[in-house]
Amino acid sequence: MKRIISVLMENEAGALSRVIGLFAQRNYNIETLTVAPTEDITLSRLTLTTFANDKQIEQITKQLNKLIEVVKLVDLTDGEHIERELMLVKLKATGSQRAEIKRTSDIFRGQIVDVTHNAYTIQLTGNAEKLDAFLRAISESTVLEVVRSGISGLSRGEKILAL
Amino acid sequence: MEMLSGGDILIRSLQAEDVDFIFGYPGGAVLHIYDALFRQNKIQHVLVRHEQAATHMADGYARSTGKPGVVFVTSGPGATNAITGIATAYMDSIPMVVVSGQVQRHLIGSDSFQETDMVGISRPIVKHSFLCKKAEDIADAISKAFYIATTGRPGPVVVDIPKDITSPTDLVEYEYPEEVAIRSYHPALKGHTGQIKKAISLLLAAERPMIYSGGGVIQGNGAAMLTQLVRLIGAPVTNTLMGLGGYPATDPQFVGMLGMHGTYEANMAMHHCDFILAVGARFDDRVTNTISKFCPYAKIAHIDIDPATISKNIAVDVPIVGPVDNVLTEMIALIEFELESGAHETKNSLAEWWAQIEGWRGQDSLKINHVAGEEIKPQQAIEAVYKVTAGKSYVTSDVGQHQMFAALYYPFAEPRKWINSGGLGTMGFGLPAAMGVQMAFPDEVVTCITGDGSIQMNIQELSTCAQYELPIKIINLNNRSLGMVKQWQDMQYEGRHSHSYMESLPDFVKLVEAYGHVGFVVDELDALVPVLEEAYSIRDRLVFVDIRVDHNEHVYPMQIAPNGSMRDMWLRKGVRT
Ligand SMILES: Cc1ncc(C[n+]2csc(CCOP(=O)(O)OP(=O)(O)O)c2C)c(N)n1
Ligand SMILES: [Mg+2]
Repeated sequence: MKRIISVLMENEAGALSRVIGLFAQRNYNIETLTVAPTEDITLSRLTLTTFANDKQIEQITKQLNKLIEVVKLVDLTDGEHIERELMLVKLKATGSQRAEIKRTSDIFRGQIVDVTHNAYTIQLTGNAEKLDAFLRAISESTVLEVVRSGISGLSRGEKILAL
Repeated sequence: MEMLSGGDILIRSLQAEDVDFIFGYPGGAVLHIYDALFRQNKIQHVLVRHEQAATHMADGYARSTGKPGVVFVTSGPGATNAITGIATAYMDSIPMVVVSGQVQRHLIGSDSFQETDMVGISRPIVKHSFLCKKAEDIADAISKAFYIATTGRPGPVVVDIPKDITSPTDLVEYEYPEEVAIRSYHPALKGHTGQIKKAISLLLAAERPMIYSGGGVIQGNGAAMLTQLVRLIGAPVTNTLMGLGGYPATDPQFVGMLGMHGTYEANMAMHHCDFILAVGARFDDRVTNTISKFCPYAKIAHIDIDPATISKNIAVDVPIVGPVDNVLTEMIALIEFELESGAHETKNSLAEWWAQIEGWRGQDSLKINHVAGEEIKPQQAIEAVYKVTAGKSYVTSDVGQHQMFAALYYPFAEPRKWINSGGLGTMGFGLPAAMGVQMAFPDEVVTCITGDGSIQMNIQELSTCAQYELPIKIINLNNRSLGMVKQWQDMQYEGRHSHSYMESLPDFVKLVEAYGHVGFVVDELDALVPVLEEAYSIRDRLVFVDIRVDHNEHVYPMQIAPNGSMRDMWLRKGVRT
């Protein structure tokens, strides 16, 4: 099943390559990956999604924890959590398509963030399923370009991942 | 505060870590460092003939002393030559600090002369690595490197140092850190008492318990506690290839090594037991045979310093994360308390189990089938070495049949005396490892048991042995073939010996003589012990004993793979369980 692992790690050169290298070396898959510094500039927060069974996820989290630069991590899918992904979609939009696209975008609470004579760029946030559903809802031939941020997430409630 | 160059900071930092030997080889990127080394006399540098050998020497030094081995290599080819030795140390969890030179900072990334991304190349085979960005980083990186290499599950650490930050003209403040603290690194210092108690109740309730210990008991200094525990419980104990010497091998409670080439009784006892206490072992595929068929009746408790090793290959019932010495000490105290309270009569209740094991032992799976007048059997050669050295030698080995024969026919009484590359299986390990041991213990007898294939993988080190007058005894089980490869070809490829035959072997005696050493050939059984006695009586010279052994011999027992369980073994040619 899909797992979302959130990692707090030292914001140091080489730390990210160790995480990615570990996944390659041990034959684990990475579905999405996002990483950026946190409010504490000595730390970065990395969120990755992977498909793994219970035994595999146990190994993945243990091996990640062994990396010296990994400070803490949590499997968000272990409990209730919020997950969000940002998607930008550039669509061919001419003539009657323009109204149709705008309607679909509204249904998905998308925002049109750039407009030309022939194209719209739509920004959407939500969980991965919602973004997938949007892409299915608009006819494929009109899609010019898609970029997705990969999943970020937090636990619900007061639980936090901190030093 | 003192002002020093980066090169001097490195050397001073190593002195602060009480380093007594550096095994290394100079080159452009480390010239400043070698100059700093030249201007001091606390640390002895050992000049090797190939950087791979430097890493194995540091490794042998570390395995025998328990202290981290230290290596210097230059950038590019020096660094890449060290890779095999770093991987060897990584697989067997050996503490090592490898300092590699790097090109000047402004050249990094420009494909400059002798540039290689050492941190990148070594990443999957190190416990951690550092790329120093300025001279001020060096002392901190060295102190962290030693701390990381030696604590928790030990392993090799690489410290990559660009040439320009070691320059003698740039002085920076030097103070060696008194303490190391890494906020994201906290190896366990003791086990969880509740878990230890759970393991004890399973152990004491078991009718057919087994204690299975590995290299963690050796590296974690737990052999004395393991021995005490095994005697207290009265249970049979088996050691992995890496764990030999963790329990005295001549003791009746020892059932021998387990696994692919384990004894019949060890593998049978594992298969039939109802409880396994695994101590510092890792359920390697060379031990378990087919995972789904592994020990079908056993509950398992597993003590290990590395949580990721627990339930990695085999799911266990009671995980205990902690240093083996500490956990075993706690375990012994708790068991003694239990036994004194009279709740258990462990020793008596194991009588039936022991009777069964003695039956298996009666098979005598290590019996040597030598026909008078025929070639020496390799097993006889090892037995003779054992006899002549009274079982007291340090023994390093290379990789192949000779390694298994050494493991099976030289019973080790103590930890740290058996030194081999079990995890990576690196041919070429034996001689340089023996040199590291001999450096650490100049007055002890050090034997390298090798094969005609393996010895040629680092034979250039005979020159280093001459330079440092290392009186190692090299026992070459010369079967004129890559015996272990040939054995698999005999058993699985209908005897098609594809490139497992060593043509044009050198005259080893002349070869070692060319380096100024002593060489003997043995080709008949009657000469074996006398020649070995003579060889070992020469205390101040390296002696190479080239023993011509039966080139058709196989290592037995041998577990049947694929799809076999622990108890499925070939016992002799054509005879299986
Ligand atoms: C560096 C390296 N290359 C290849 C192998 C594969 N290998 C394992 S055992 C062996 C044969 C070793 O021959 P020898 O040293 O003569 O030992 P023997 O088995 O004959 O006792 C080979 C090639 C290895 N373990 N290490
Ligand atoms: Mg051979």
